Amino acid sequence: MDNAIRFLLDGEVIAIEAPDPTGTLLDLLRYRMRRTGTKEGCAEGDCGACTVALGSLHGDTVRWRAVNACILFLPMLDGKALITVESLSKGGALHPIQRALADGYGSQCGFCTPGFVMSLYARSIAAEGTEDLPVGDVLAGNLCRCTGYGPILAVGEAHPPAAPAADPALVVALRGLQRDAPLTLRHPGRTAFVPRTSDELSAFVADNPAARIVAGATDVGLWVTKQLREIDSLVFVGDVADLKIIDETPDGITLGANVRYSEARAALARLHPDLGELVRRIGGLQVRNAGTIGGNIANGSPIGDMPPALIALGATLTLRHGDARRTLPLADFFLAYGRQDRVPGEWVERIHIPQPPPGALLRIVKLSKRFDSDISSLCAAFLLPIADGRIGAARVAFGGMAGIPSRAPACEAALSGQPWSAQTLDAAAEALRDDFAPLDDLRGSAEYRLAAAGNLLRRLWHEQADIPALAHV
Amino acid sequence: MSEGDPMPPGAVHRSLPHDSADLHVAGTALYVDDLPEPPGLLHCAFGHATDGHGRLVALDLDAVRAAPGVVAVYTAADIPGDNDVSPVAGDDRLLAEAEILYPGQPLFLVAATSTRAARAAARLGRAVIEPLPALVTIADAIAANSLIEPTQVMRRGDADAALFAAAHRIAGRVEMGGQEHFYLEGQAALATPGEQGEIHILSSTQHPSEIQHLVAKMLGRAHADITVEVRRMGGAFGGKETQAAAFAAAAALVAATTGRAAKFRAARDDDMVATGKRHEFEIRYDVGFDDAGRIEGIRLDLASRCGATADLSPAINDRAMFHSDNCYFLPAVEIVSRRLKTHTVSNTAFRGFGGPQGMLGIERVMDAIAAHLGHDPLAVRRANFYGPGRDTTPYHMRVEDNVAPELVGALADRAGYDRRRADVAAFNAASPVVKKGLALTPVKFGISFTTTHLNQAGALVLVYADGSIHLNHGGTEMGQGLHTKIAQIVADVFAVPVDVVKVSATRTDKVPNTSATAASSGADLNGMAAYNAANTIRDRLAAFAAGRFGVAAADVRFTRGGVIAGGDVVAFASLCRMAHLGRVSLASTGFYATPDIHYDRATHTGRPFLYFAYGAALSEVAIDTLTGEHRVLAVDILHDVGRSLNPAIDLGQIEGGFIQGMGWLTTEELVYDDCGRLRTHAPSTYKIPTANDRPRHMQVEIWERGHNAAPTIHRSKAVGEPPFMLALSVFSALTAAVAAAVPGKGMPTLDAPATPERVLAALRDLRAR
Repeated sequence: MDNAIRFLLDGEVIAIEAPDPTGTLLDLLRYRMRRTGTKEGCAEGDCGACTVALGSLHGDTVRWRAVNACILFLPMLDGKALITVESLSKGGALHPIQRALADGYGSQCGFCTPGFVMSLYARSIAAEGTEDLPVGDVLAGNLCRCTGYGPILAVGEAHPPAAPAADPALVVALRGLQRDAPLTLRHPGRTAFVPRTSDELSAFVADNPAARIVAGATDVGLWVTKQLREIDSLVFVGDVADLKIIDETPDGITLGANVRYSEARAALARLHPDLGELVRRIGGLQVRNAGTIGGNIANGSPIGDMPPALIALGATLTLRHGDARRTLPLADFFLAYGRQDRVPGEWVERIHIPQPPPGALLRIVKLSKRFDSDISSLCAAFLLPIADGRIGAARVAFGGMAGIPSRAPACEAALSGQPWSAQTLDAAAEALRDDFAPLDDLRGSAEYRLAAAGNLLRRLWHEQADIPALAHV
Repeated sequence: MSEGDPMPPGAVHRSLPHDSADLHVAGTALYVDDLPEPPGLLHCAFGHATDGHGRLVALDLDAVRAAPGVVAVYTAADIPGDNDVSPVAGDDRLLAEAEILYPGQPLFLVAATSTRAARAAARLGRAVIEPLPALVTIADAIAANSLIEPTQVMRRGDADAALFAAAHRIAGRVEMGGQEHFYLEGQAALATPGEQGEIHILSSTQHPSEIQHLVAKMLGRAHADITVEVRRMGGAFGGKETQAAAFAAAAALVAATTGRAAKFRAARDDDMVATGKRHEFEIRYDVGFDDAGRIEGIRLDLASRCGATADLSPAINDRAMFHSDNCYFLPAVEIVSRRLKTHTVSNTAFRGFGGPQGMLGIERVMDAIAAHLGHDPLAVRRANFYGPGRDTTPYHMRVEDNVAPELVGALADRAGYDRRRADVAAFNAASPVVKKGLALTPVKFGISFTTTHLNQAGALVLVYADGSIHLNHGGTEMGQGLHTKIAQIVADVFAVPVDVVKVSATRTDKVPNTSATAASSGADLNGMAAYNAANTIRDRLAAFAAGRFGVAAADVRFTRGGVIAGGDVVAFASLCRMAHLGRVSLASTGFYATPDIHYDRATHTGRPFLYFAYGAALSEVAIDTLTGEHRVLAVDILHDVGRSLNPAIDLGQIEGGFIQGMGWLTTEELVYDDCGRLRTHAPSTYKIPTANDRPRHMQVEIWERGHNAAPTIHRSKAVGEPPFMLALSVFSALTAAVAAAVPGKGMPTLDAPATPERVLAALRDLRAR
């Protein structure tokens, strides 16, 4: 049986026999292939110095996305095409983006530069997630400590996204790497299973409930690079095609667990602009190009990038065990810090986000020390049906206020059935003190969290009463 | 290419790209970890103390030794010579001895066959530690009177009398956090053993000579046995001035004892936990002034957290005192500087070197005076500028090159200060939630190492018989474009194109006894040394040509068209060939020692700086009064770099320095727990500015009238550190915005970094008055 992964690099098929399933692409490039242009700055997906472009086959086209090589495990490369900074100047001449950065003083120490080159390159070929984003948003996952970013942003402005020319040879080559059966990788002390379908996945997980499911590895990657954990059995779900559905209907959106943030952003923004903006502020683009909404929910982070918003919207989760499925409100999935309502062998299959009721006021707000690529100190979502000057059954959910993302019952009670007024919002803000006793931590004090959370409720009135553009920075 | 239109005659004063720019963008610029790994290479990791201050009772390393891939494990007892990696005081242990001084301190060293094996094994050590009381905060250390050196006082005039007599007198305080350097390339070193005990070390360091000397002492070898080489660093900002030494020494220890090459590539979290940062400061002021806001007397109390050891804290705190005046004349002044010893990682050099902290203090005073009197803060600043008859600093040096008033006036005019101040007021009157603030602050920054003997540099220029030039100097390249500037200086001497000059790695076996590339002095010192070396060779070539072509040496001219000697024109390369055949030495060292500086540290008086660099920035911000979130909306900068050696590179330093300063004052928050453990030790939790934090409007100009009154290389001025402090305008603007949200309540109490939480707290505090 085949015990190797294969990927394309500069037109060549690279085969790695018996790869370590928790080996990273960055280490492969730097220490085995001696392509040292791709740098390690943080090994946690937060600085972008290791940015590479990964191409996947979609029908007759190849779709590219910029990703962080530092937390990309080797099995996730199988059947893909890879472009690194070295690829761009293969013929000896610099790529126009490289030329422009060099001549435009876009590098100082140069260490972050290859990552910027790759992010700008990915944007120039309209890679995933870049479509409608300004350059600054595309680059927010690349840290530079020297330049102040001005010259780099200028190069981006001068090289706008354009769909790349079709590359039939690449399509053919990639097609040759696709598998019609799941892949099992065996490495000393460690195995990995790479299913193609949700049925294969479900059967495997039912039989191997201890296996760690990995989608984008934006969290599990850090277990390996930072905590130095040894994970002996893994399931890589990134290529399970039938978990990639994005189903938009009049009553809401259904997302397969495997849909990446950047793939979902447009649909979620159509559901509500705040939801799109919330997604835009999760990680850098490289993280959104790897991380999935299903993975974000399944790992049960207390901050929970998406869950507060989804809970307020009344999202439901479908869990699967073998062939059995059950559906529960997302709010009920999070039991306590680090604990979810999921039995061994059960896995998150899809999530349904209902359309907010017509006329309802929906606001989703994230607070963080830095606007971009930061974990929220506080995330709030308010869904207030308002009719005839009165608030109906309010749904209010927060992240960062407790050990799990959760609703705020006292606050909801203070809103529901009350007149739509500044006084009601004041009362609801005060009621948060009955709902939460937040922690003090590095992202904010309990006092700040309570005060700011209350003020976010008060802001709802300002947004109505004042000029909306002046209601927030 | 991006050089200006008509080509100026020389290689200097021109915008040329960074000499490694093409390599940077191609990914082919090599950093320490990028070099091919020698066979048998060992990888290093420290076992770090996880708790704080305590006595090391026992260290059980059995599990470490038994871990897969481990080849050697070291404790302090295994160090053959001095267990010291400190720059001055001899108090920084490479590996801990009896006392654990701070959480994160290296206890032991592991060498293994892979990085992961070394790091995993390093987590298996079991230290038995008897806890001792830990001083973590500035307040803790003040209460315990815990100091790394005696409290220093700088004074001129009778501050108490002036305060007593002044028409107005106010007091206040401001706190400011530290700052992680966050160089993108972490600490790294590769040590390779040679014959007869020699060790070659590739290090990502700003101070190769110091590492050479420390490693020699650690191994009991002569300096000449140790060679340290630096091609480039992936950023440093002061964080690789002293802090690179531990990693290089560890790799050297492994190489020396195993006979195998050893690499130390620190993991980001380990790096952030175990290496020093910018000093936290608390500054108190008591200031007396007249009705115009002009200061008559002032007392400043500076307290800084130095951490567990001295490192460079004495000099850093001295520089904070030196910059407590910024651009302002303080007629009667007393500055008291307490250097506090705590059980936290030892703080170190960081761009500005104490200057930013001292300047934030006096800028806070300016804002407080303006708030007290209800005056425009810029008017108060202008009233206090140095000027004729008001030109002596608190350290008794005359300010002879004061261009701040003119430069500030030019910026205020260009950026429309008065109009925009009115616009901001009108906006605030109409906007209930979002409030704007505006501030224009100046910068005056003293150039020279304040430790006088460090102001020296050497260079080595080799001209080959084909006319190509090999340039070495004592400075290191960390991204600031130093090599490019010095290549320009040397090319200019010979009137050859810059690409004829090959700048190679900085090496202790080419230029000895160098100072750190620090204090913004890289181009000033090394540029002049290289200039002197090149001129020595040029004089020899001129003398040779004079003899050959029968003219006076003074009449031999080096031009872009060739060397002109009387009626003869000979290509530079041809002349070199002829000179070689004529047995003329085409190699020379060069040396430079900064003239006219002296300083008496006992009295804190003298002339510590050769000159001052100036700048000014106008920042406009908006705050959200409900959440404390804020944005820097617009920034206008005018900065003085003298006659720029390379305007484009200088602009990059100005803009990058500003953004780094803005990060220090806004989003970059170091959070420590009660034991002094750093909780923000990776970019996931420590937030430097991103591309989206760059102000949408950012107008940066080099002051076209810039000229150095001091005889520096081509009359240029240093540019590395001064622009950092342009960002003080952001902090003053945020303060102004907070004040605007709660009018009539006086000066807000806002500390740095002004995170959303602190801005909201400042608003709450103001409302409660």
